[in-house]
Amino acid sequence: MPSNKSVSDAPITQFVNCRILREHKLQREDLWVREGKILDPEKLFFDEKGSADQRVDCKGHIIAPGFIDVQINGGYGIDFSQATDYVKGGVSLVAKKILEHGVTSFLPTLVTSPPDIYHKVLPKVQVQSGGMQGAGVLGFHLEGPFISLEKKGAHPEEYLRSFLSDGMSDLIETYGTLDNVAMVTLAPELPNSQTVVRELTQRGITVSLGHSVANLSQAENAVQHGASFITHLFNAMLPFHHRDPGIVGLLTSDQVPQSRTVFYGMIADGIHTNPAALRIAHRAHPKGLVLVTDAIAAMGLPPGRHTLGQQVIEIQGLHAYVAGTKTLCGSIATMDMCVRHFKQASGCTVEESLEAASLHPAQLLGISHAKGVLDYGADADLVLLDDSLSIRATYIAGQEVWRK
Amino acid sequence: MHSYVKKADAIGTMKLIILNDYDQVGEWAAKYIRNKILRFNPGPGRFFTLGLPTGGTPLGCYKKLIEFYKEGELSFQYVKTFNMDEYVGIPRNHPESYHSFMWNNFFKHIDIKSENTHILDGNAADLVQECDSFEEKIKAAGGIDLFVGGIGPDGHIAFNEPGSSLLSRTRVKTLAQDTILANARFFDGDMAKVPTMALTVGVATVMDAREVMILITGAHKAFALYKAIEEGVNHMWTVSAFQQHPQTVFVCDEDATLELRVKTVKYFKGMMHVHNKLVEPLASK
Repeated sequence: MPSNKSVSDAPITQFVNCRILREHKLQREDLWVREGKILDPEKLFFDEKGSADQRVDCKGHIIAPGFIDVQINGGYGIDFSQATDYVKGGVSLVAKKILEHGVTSFLPTLVTSPPDIYHKVLPKVQVQSGGMQGAGVLGFHLEGPFISLEKKGAHPEEYLRSFLSDGMSDLIETYGTLDNVAMVTLAPELPNSQTVVRELTQRGITVSLGHSVANLSQAENAVQHGASFITHLFNAMLPFHHRDPGIVGLLTSDQVPQSRTVFYGMIADGIHTNPAALRIAHRAHPKGLVLVTDAIAAMGLPPGRHTLGQQVIEIQGLHAYVAGTKTLCGSIATMDMCVRHFKQASGCTVEESLEAASLHPAQLLGISHAKGVLDYGADADLVLLDDSLSIRATYIAGQEVWRK
Repeated sequence: MHSYVKKADAIGTMKLIILNDYDQVGEWAAKYIRNKILRFNPGPGRFFTLGLPTGGTPLGCYKKLIEFYKEGELSFQYVKTFNMDEYVGIPRNHPESYHSFMWNNFFKHIDIKSENTHILDGNAADLVQECDSFEEKIKAAGGIDLFVGGIGPDGHIAFNEPGSSLLSRTRVKTLAQDTILANARFFDGDMAKVPTMALTVGVATVMDAREVMILITGAHKAFALYKAIEEGVNHMWTVSAFQQHPQTVFVCDEDATLELRVKTVKYFKGMMHVHNKLVEPLASK
């Protein structure tokens, strides 16, 4: 019998006394990790005659794949779209802090900005693995500037752009580079957007539809060209209408190719989406739901007044207001909070709530062979939770990076 | 423990343990194995060697043994195991392979070391050599202290199907058509996928064990139990060979006794108060 003893001498960790999320179910199984990857213990036992070097007692807690946030604009006073000089440090700071929310990878998100901001910021932050220093950066999410004027939301009007003759050259001219870009949100009704959607998809960049007045057929057309995500469903798009459900209609469209899934982002903070709307989306299309925080610089700051850029904001509980008003100025949700709220508001299972923050974003980004799952061979990015879904510890590549 | 029990345990008499149901059979068998291991007092250089079966019958026994391990009553650190059989030609990680069975139902839950477990490799390049070396390994381990087995409705032990020599050793065996048909349900009902051969220990391999325990449950095994203990030794009912083993215990449920004589059942039921002492928790720990 061939011996595989030579496979590796690296130490093996066995997480015991836990329930692990595998194949859509919490299972009473141990989780084995070697060299940052999840190990098949049966193979280890029979082929390598190996055993664990170290055991971690999880005290009955849940182990889920680490959370992935595909839309986060900043936090802890840092706005990724503002901090041109300090952007690298800013991303690092947020990356470190969100470990305590169970986030092990994320897409720093830039809202509509002038070209010189993109040119300065994009080259400064590289795609990088996570570790003790913080959650991994999977690439940027560029939300704008190729979006609808009517649905610009908080994006600055003066920097909005449209695609001229050849969409791609406008895109490159604006962003400067597409290296380190993982996702682009655009409005599919903009002329020449089809070429851009196709070209970005071919380059492995996820195209998301949002800040748009597209009707359903325009949205379906974009999906047929490769778009696979909807940016913060219901927000900054036409409201659902029964004769033209608009982008929202993608959730139940029969024009989406069989082999494809359209995913949609949900800010499940109980403030930005009414629980009934959350339930409508979830019940219509549970497999596509991706929890996002869409957090702004105020996320993670203590209650009270803070000056962020030119703006003074006031944090009260889970709300961030423009100081002295009741105008919301963005989400300060954390991912763990969104998971708990989503479960409570939708009545979904623990498994579904966890997969909406792990498996689904990984599938969306096309990385579910390595992330968002606890399958053998996948990255050991883990979050340890108690039954109330509070985070107890976070691991990246099998290494503990945060503990309560 | 009374001295007469010790004597009963030692002398060459078959024991038949009759319990109410499947669960009790698993529990009784597990307690018996536990006590055997504990009394043996294994340690470094002193291993207790256990022969093990697969299948539905022993599952309850494995569950109980796992419980004993988790409660700290029992360790398998100094236990060696030898499995009875394995299919030829299905991947080791196939859910129906006996490697998978042992891993999922027993090994992964306890503290046994991989190097102390032995399961025939049905994918070995030289199957005959694999069988011969299995016998060698058993010998090298000092023989088997307790071989636990189940039987088929046709009275086969391991894959020693009707007609197997009672002197057989570990070898490649073609499966009976009945067995292949019965197994089809585990292979998507597709006969082409069902293994037709297996590696199995022989009747004599099991006979060599110092003690043998056979678990039998369910009405469909009643005739086999009758053939095993009330009729003569017969190669068409290979389990009957253990009538000639000095230390055999049959553990069965009520349903499995349906074909036995009332006299036989009454006799062994009358012995239960003695036999039950064998599974009482050991006082000294």
